[in-house]
Amino acid sequence: MLPRKAPIQMSPFEYAPAPESRAVVDLQSSYGLFINGEFVDGGGNAFKSISPATEEVLAEVSEATDADVDAAVKAARTAYTRVWSKMSGADRGKYLYRIARILQERAREFAVLETLDNGKPIKESRDVDIPLAAAHFFYNAGWADKLEFASLPGGANPQPHGVVGQVIPWNFPMLMLAWKIAPALATGNTVVLKPAETTPLTALLFAEVCQQADLPPGVVNIVTGAGPTGQAIVDHPGIDKLAFTGSTGVGKMIARAIAGTRKKATLELGGKAANIVFDDAPIDQAVEGIVNGIFFNQGHVCCAGSRLLVQESIAEEVERRLKRRLGTLRVGDPLDKNTDVGAINSKAQLDRIIALTDAGESEGAERWDNGCALPDKGFWFRPTVFTGVTQTHRIAQEEIFGPVLSVLTFRTPQEAVAKANNTPYGLSAGIWTEKGSRILWMADQLKAGVVWANTFNQFDPTSPFGGYKESGYGREGGRHGLEPYVKGTH
Amino acid sequence: MARVDVKKTYKLYIGGKFPRSESGRSYEVYAAKKGTFLANAAQGSRKDARDAVTAARAAQPGWASATAYNRGQVLYRVAEVMESRRPQLVQEVRDAEGLSPAAAESVVSQAIDRWVWYAGWSDKYVQILGGLNPVAGPYFNISASEPTGVVAVLAPQESSLLGLVSVIAPAIVSGNTVVVVTSADRPLPAITLSECLATSDVPGGVVNIITGKAAEIAPWLSSHRDVNAIDLAGAAGAEGVDWAKLEEASADNLKRVLRPAGTGSDAVEPDWTQTPDLSRLTAFLETKTVWHPKGR
Repeated sequence: MLPRKAPIQMSPFEYAPAPESRAVVDLQSSYGLFINGEFVDGGGNAFKSISPATEEVLAEVSEATDADVDAAVKAARTAYTRVWSKMSGADRGKYLYRIARILQERAREFAVLETLDNGKPIKESRDVDIPLAAAHFFYNAGWADKLEFASLPGGANPQPHGVVGQVIPWNFPMLMLAWKIAPALATGNTVVLKPAETTPLTALLFAEVCQQADLPPGVVNIVTGAGPTGQAIVDHPGIDKLAFTGSTGVGKMIARAIAGTRKKATLELGGKAANIVFDDAPIDQAVEGIVNGIFFNQGHVCCAGSRLLVQESIAEEVERRLKRRLGTLRVGDPLDKNTDVGAINSKAQLDRIIALTDAGESEGAERWDNGCALPDKGFWFRPTVFTGVTQTHRIAQEEIFGPVLSVLTFRTPQEAVAKANNTPYGLSAGIWTEKGSRILWMADQLKAGVVWANTFNQFDPTSPFGGYKESGYGREGGRHGLEPYVKGTH
Repeated sequence: MARVDVKKTYKLYIGGKFPRSESGRSYEVYAAKKGTFLANAAQGSRKDARDAVTAARAAQPGWASATAYNRGQVLYRVAEVMESRRPQLVQEVRDAEGLSPAAAESVVSQAIDRWVWYAGWSDKYVQILGGLNPVAGPYFNISASEPTGVVAVLAPQESSLLGLVSVIAPAIVSGNTVVVVTSADRPLPAITLSECLATSDVPGGVVNIITGKAAEIAPWLSSHRDVNAIDLAGAAGAEGVDWAKLEEASADNLKRVLRPAGTGSDAVEPDWTQTPDLSRLTAFLETKTVWHPKGR
């Protein structure tokens, strides 16, 4: 008889650090604006873009003044009139294919720079943001010479607006740039784009890609800056159409600013998505979906599943398994390939998350976090769960835009629908159940532009994205995403 | 001696009923050409508009969940009833727009045909506008159109029936419900249309019609939090209406805004005799995209 071995004492599974190399990124100390195919100095005060994980200064970036925006719009107009509107769709498409290929070739460089500037985990920028950005260019490239088949307003001869102004957020800097620029160019528009104040660097690297692709000067112009620069784009009389992704508050300001004009707008705004788990759901998969829904990209996702609606009979079990799972999330160095949750994008955003979670506690919800160690420098927030949340709590109504989940319960499908729709937002929703007819019934009832059933946070260039109600209007992605960029739509 | 005929009282149409304005007000309506007195129309108020929104909201889920086939048949029935009331509609359009008998006949014919055209879209536009999306992964992914909800409609000031039909039909065919402010000076064909609607199995509250002044009523609709969209067609030529202000107020809850035709700040009434495209229908739709994994 073999001797019995003593049971092994399991130790916490330790990972060695696995940092992605920064060497692939060649950061300049300062960047200008990209106008008419060249980098030029902006007229405003330069501002610093920092790494939110370390607070180190990455580069100085120009602030575009009204005059700079005017120069960018004029360059875009000239490029539209003289070059881009006269070019065949096939040739426009080939430029977009070139850009898609260069993004693939330089994918690692973009991923590392995105992670440095934004604070998101390298595994997300590497596996999600940058591949999807390239895919959006590839997808829209193919549309450029097939628009007459796209059932667009204008039918056999859809017409671009002309010059499009685009203002994008900091949560998916390159991906939002691709969502905006690729369909605009494919349909024959030229663009002036402003990246977010805290994440301008990949957009400036994209300007280099435009140069490498020999894109005609002025077709894409990148102006950096903060709110006033965005305002200058919105107000510029030479802009025919606006596309904005960001907060509902700013979206409403834009809608007011263009009221009474003939400028068109696409608005992709905030959300407070319900992720609804029924008692027959595959619990382990649902828990993974809940985690992906709210802790992907630190919860800096407009369509994040920030309200968990769980059927009362399984609420305790789901909470227990969820907390156990959150205990295994690795929070820290975004460049580490093992990191699950990176840095909060800015001090301002961290302050907002702290204020709202404090309100959650003071209004009576029960707060829990995974207790993980956090780095000394930078902006960090532990994955946090609130239970005992009611519909009137601010953490159930307002967009937190951070790694914070509010848990509510329900008894019947009707109650789940009523609670899910009890919000001015309507961007996305999740449903977890094994019952097919219930999925389809729920999907019909939910007032949301994207419904994920037994999955969450899936994105694809062919799939339209956008909200109901105060989550904005217009769709991005797919055939639908072309519509806002041709005349005759609203 | 000639018989003394019975004159019709023109009232509002809200929630399937024909009330007078809660304000108790009415205003005189005259024929366009001869200036003869036609009727005292109800002068709708803010409260009437809010009651109409309540009725439209209550009716919306039921109308949207009716099958597309059913909506198509109900709307086709409206055209049948319009045809049966043709002499009345022709006379009212003649009076309202100052047209010759032949021209008025033509306008009514086009209005009925337009209604039939839109009715036929009820079970077709979803297939045209949506479908399966070939995503790069093991997922079933489909996009389909849904109605946006309650739509406020400023009906055209000039075209009292063809224009009216051209703004109501595309909004309701998809399952929206509407609150319509009629032409101020030419409101009578709209009330006769509502009598057609009331006798055509269109559920009460799907179409609500308020006669009166857009300048008085439209601001309350544009700022109303329970209205999802607004069609500003009737701002063209409406006395005292600044469509920029209405669009600005609409931003409070991000209403979908269908601007009036025209360039710059001008608002012009389009030529409603032109064959329409789908733009007035798609203006009040939302696209919903549903994902589900595939697996064994």
